[in-house]
Amino acid sequence: MLSIKNLHVKLEEEDKQILKGVDLEVEAGKVHAIMGPNGSGKSTLSYVLSGRDGYEVTEGSATLEGEDLLDMEPEERAAAGLFLAFQYPVEIPGVGNMTFLRTALNAQRKARGEEEISAGDFLKLIRAKAKDLKIDADMLKRPVNVGFSGGEKKRNEILQMAMLEPKMCILDETDSGLDVDAMKLVSDGVNALRDEGRGFLVITHYQRLLDHIKPDVVHIMADGRIVKTGGPELALEVEQNGYADILNEVA
Amino acid sequence: MAVAQAKQDLTETRIAALDMPGGAGWAAEARGAALSRLRAMGLPTRRDEYWKYTNPASLTQVDAPRAAVFHAGDEVPLYDGIDRLKIVFVDGVFDADASDDLSLEGVEIERLSDAMAKDIHWARDLFGVLETAGQTPVARPLAALNTAFATDGVVIRATGRVEKPISLVYLHRAETSDAILHHLVRVEEGADLTILENGPAAARFNKCMEISVADRAGFHHVRAQGRDHERRAATHMFARLGEESTYKSFTLTVNGVMTRNEHVIELTGDDAVAHVAGAAMGDGKTGDFHHDDTVFITHDAVNCESRQVFKKVLRNGAEGVFQGKILVKPDAQKTDGYQISQSLLLDEDSSFQAKPELEIYADDVSCSHGSTTGAIDETALFYLRSRGVPTEIATDLLVLAFLDEAIQEIEDARLADDIRLRLQQWLERRRKG
Ligand SMILES: Nc1ncnc2c1ncn2[C@@H]1O[C@H](COP(=O)(O)OP(=O)(O)O)[C@@H](O)[C@H]1O
Ligand SMILES: [Mg+2]
Repeated sequence: MLSIKNLHVKLEEEDKQILKGVDLEVEAGKVHAIMGPNGSGKSTLSYVLSGRDGYEVTEGSATLEGEDLLDMEPEERAAAGLFLAFQYPVEIPGVGNMTFLRTALNAQRKARGEEEISAGDFLKLIRAKAKDLKIDADMLKRPVNVGFSGGEKKRNEILQMAMLEPKMCILDETDSGLDVDAMKLVSDGVNALRDEGRGFLVITHYQRLLDHIKPDVVHIMADGRIVKTGGPELALEVEQNGYADILNEVA
Repeated sequence: MAVAQAKQDLTETRIAALDMPGGAGWAAEARGAALSRLRAMGLPTRRDEYWKYTNPASLTQVDAPRAAVFHAGDEVPLYDGIDRLKIVFVDGVFDADASDDLSLEGVEIERLSDAMAKDIHWARDLFGVLETAGQTPVARPLAALNTAFATDGVVIRATGRVEKPISLVYLHRAETSDAILHHLVRVEEGADLTILENGPAAARFNKCMEISVADRAGFHHVRAQGRDHERRAATHMFARLGEESTYKSFTLTVNGVMTRNEHVIELTGDDAVAHVAGAAMGDGKTGDFHHDDTVFITHDAVNCESRQVFKKVLRNGAEGVFQGKILVKPDAQKTDGYQISQSLLLDEDSSFQAKPELEIYADDVSCSHGSTTGAIDETALFYLRSRGVPTEIATDLLVLAFLDEAIQEIEDARLADDIRLRLQQWLERRRKG
């Protein structure tokens, strides 16, 4: 599904190398987790994959189902099936949440040569998905993320993911700022989307989220590289001993 | 002060090309006085401080520069679903056949020339009166020219709550038409009136509206200036507000090579409220665009509120100007004055000049003003794109959101939605090229 090879990334504006050769293969139907200390480059990886400005790929490649991601505009990557749940979802005053989602959904459909969804069908769909995530009608009407609590923003990300039904979902610290109940809602939302044809890359700091979203593979990232890969037990090890042991071990 | 020779020549040349319409004695007198005012001031030139950011040459020259007529195709016309009384002008000439019957409960409507032919008419107390008052402290020669030479217009007196809006529709058919219209609006005590305006009117349009809002009366105004790329307009709204009266005006401008909209509002009764808003969108790619909002609000009574909200989106070399002044006279205690003017520049070729001014002679007032010039929010843009929204559509969503802060000033939700629809149509048309 998602194939990252020897990815090197530096900042465009300054001479600072952030990713120093990332290799990662996420298969369809699998959940991969990336853990790692702050500043190790996890968000950078997610941004580079989704096409944010400000980064320069100096070496390596990233493909989605064989298609070169790095060559596409952000909207093309989305239409190709890539989705990033942002660590910090963006507030957009004046743009209604519903308008935003319908525009996005129809734009993706159009890009794939599919029919646009009718206003009625859209409404039915979003109401059903919003209900599962306990997102009320008022939140749907409000401007995108404006005045949302941290937890509401994260739920809104999952709602977008559920509506857009991407093939490859990247979640960047979706658990941060969530209380226990919200964590459960978000995890249920993600789990409901788990499917043979869909891949997940779950970036997190803590084991907590992985209790709910059970990963198949866990990677540890440090200083711009994947330094260790293992099964779910690796997350538990991090939880108990922190990163220090693992980092020492690979140093 | 003597008017400089070049200015005088410019003014006399322009005057020589115009005919003063006839009328009753008082009307001729008012026209004559306006002509004298015009001669004393002289037409504006680039050298005048008040025209520092807008070149008035095309507005003062004898012939109207040519302007192609814009064809909207099968687009739904503005205000289409709104029950209204339509008064149609074609290239500045009243068209009785295209207009509705001018009778409506709670309001008297007459053609300007009919009113001015009568020896006794209330219009006498308004025609040229607010315009004259509005000439101090800043001269507005194009308005004096209008009073002297306006060839048509309507005279409206609302005596009750008028059940539907009066809709002035300005059609543009001739490529070199030059229209000068003057409207008079008197809203009597406790009455309430909504005036809608839309359309380009002519290749060049000089329009003046004098509005007297009596105590506890309400005046609402929503305007959309036509989309003809090459049209030019200089408009003035002169208003005087009585006690506890309300004045609310909104203008949408898309396209137009040259637009100068002036609002001159005097709050003379205690507890009066004046809100003026404007949303303008210009794209230099489809023709030069220059848009100037010039506002002068005088607080001359206690506990009045004024509010100005102007937003502009400019791209491909489009130019925007805002000159806004709040003058608070010594007795106007408890004044609440607010002014914001913002522009969104979508590229570096576009420009925005703002001159906000506060002049306050009372001590117990709260006045604030702000002006910003900004680029598109890149973070928001990326967020939208990351969800699959193409850059152009994402930009348009942000543009609409930006302008919506001005559109929200429209009280009537149906009218606000109509204005939004018009903007969306314009953006779609633009995207399709
Ligand atoms: N736009 C940027 N400007 C400056 N530094 C950046 C930028 N993006 C990332 N960095 C730096 O790159 C490193 C990795 O950051 P990030 O990818 O956010 O890490 P993580 O998500 O693992 O905490 C950090 O040192 C961070 O300060
Ligand atoms: Mg991060």
